[in-house]
Amino acid sequence: MTQRDSIRSVGAANAAGASAAPADARPDPAAAGAGIAARQALMAATAMARRDELEAALASLGPVPAASALRAPESGLVMLRGRAGGDGRPFNLGEATVTRAAIRLADGRTGFAYQLGRDAAKARLAAILDGLAQGAERAAVEAALAPIRARIAAEAETKARRVAATRVDFFTMVRGED
Amino acid sequence: MYVAVKGGEAAIDNAHALLAHERRGPEEIAEIAPEQIEHQLALAVDRVMAEGSLYDPALAALAIKQARGDLIEAIFLVRAFRTTLPRFGASKPLDTAAMAIERRISATFKDLPGGQVLGPTFDYTHRLIDFMLAAGVAPPAPAEAPAETSAVPRVTDLLGGEDLIEREAAEAGEPVGDLTREPLDFPADRDLRLQALARGDEGFLLALGYSTQRGFGRTHPFVGEIRFGEVMAEFVPEELGFAVPLGPVALTECQMVNQFHGSAERPPQFTRGYGLVFGQSERKSMSMSLVDRALRTREFGEDVVAPAQDEEFVLSHCDNVQATGFVEHLKLPHYVDFQAELGLVRMMRAEHAATRAEMKEAAE
Repeated sequence: MTQRDSIRSVGAANAAGASAAPADARPDPAAAGAGIAARQALMAATAMARRDELEAALASLGPVPAASALRAPESGLVMLRGRAGGDGRPFNLGEATVTRAAIRLADGRTGFAYQLGRDAAKARLAAILDGLAQGAERAAVEAALAPIRARIAAEAETKARRVAATRVDFFTMVRGED
Repeated sequence: MYVAVKGGEAAIDNAHALLAHERRGPEEIAEIAPEQIEHQLALAVDRVMAEGSLYDPALAALAIKQARGDLIEAIFLVRAFRTTLPRFGASKPLDTAAMAIERRISATFKDLPGGQVLGPTFDYTHRLIDFMLAAGVAPPAPAEAPAETSAVPRVTDLLGGEDLIEREAAEAGEPVGDLTREPLDFPADRDLRLQALARGDEGFLLALGYSTQRGFGRTHPFVGEIRFGEVMAEFVPEELGFAVPLGPVALTECQMVNQFHGSAERPPQFTRGYGLVFGQSERKSMSMSLVDRALRTREFGEDVVAPAQDEEFVLSHCDNVQATGFVEHLKLPHYVDFQAELGLVRMMRAEHAATRAEMKEAAE
């Protein structure tokens, strides 16, 4: 089995189960959907985080299983697509640099990261956090990411409030009589 | 025949060292950091990302520094960089309806759901040089107001309900053309045209868009909507099988609404031109949407009478890296070519003189 095949199979297993469920348990599609949504939310937070924030989040977890590289961090490209008219046929808008990493924890859990940019160390940290969130450390990882999420939300809120102050309120000038 | 010429290695090395010295400038002036370019010359960074066809603000900022502010040189550097990286795949199409709006205006509807927000714009400034910037005066804090949380639908979706404006063709799963993988062939479908325009030179597209307004392929445009803000990019890796959020991407989108009088098959309805560009670039997205509409001649049975409607002309000349490569190659040594032409001209002049002499003799 090539490395790529092995990554695909463990990744698919993780995606279906979304947590370290016993192999003989019947997957609950609704639970898997909720698991994927939580995982996507975690990946969004780590993608928007700074590297030092992820370092602090991982350090705050205390002793965790050691991580080895399932795939060394690698920078590459993802072609970003738009749609004609915003809602029509897709077209290739242009590429973005993306860095990916895949890790395996000492207990067998795997974690993945795909993020904009070229920061290999940050992608590796995000993959470790993704792996840890696939099991016992889930609540701890979510708690460790809370300050990052709060920072991102506060910045978005400030930006939205500043943009809102530039909203145009039209008023109509009535000219002539009657 | 090519005749190899050697020499000039030392001159080239020294020229590059001199370039690096000139790039740095006087030592008593602080060196500029890429982070300063990224955040304080953000619109230059956006242009390099758009025409370099690579979303990476930090990389574009570094390219601008290396190119000494020559944006086409920076675009060239970015294009060269992207060829060194493998491609993981293509993203899910970006959903601009879900954009975190930083600016959204319409020239066609005064009161539209989601409202009009100006955001950070040069519009309505007086274009007077601000000497306070030279003095380094900190700007006042921006005003704030309660943030709206309601959805901001695209203007074209509002008119679409009545079929007053054409609807975009639905996705039918056809492969998406990619001019970075297959050479352009004509006629080119709209997906390839939009890709070429999205990475095309802003100045070239601006001039072509302007030409349609002045009557060379008139399209009667209205700005249905321009929006700028961030959209989450998403990619589905094979090994995961679900959409991974990659991070937010800043985009400017322009929906141009154009007149159309209908045909035997179609009742009269407005037609559309579309612009989508990395970063904040209204001029580019507007120009793109004007040229996109002008190029849709085959769909509407329009005669190709103007440069902006001629897809081979537009698509073959809109790429500034290709254009600068071919124009600037003229300065490289052409000694042998020119010697050949010189010999030819000398021979023709000799023949010319001989003919004149014969005619003069015959006349006497």
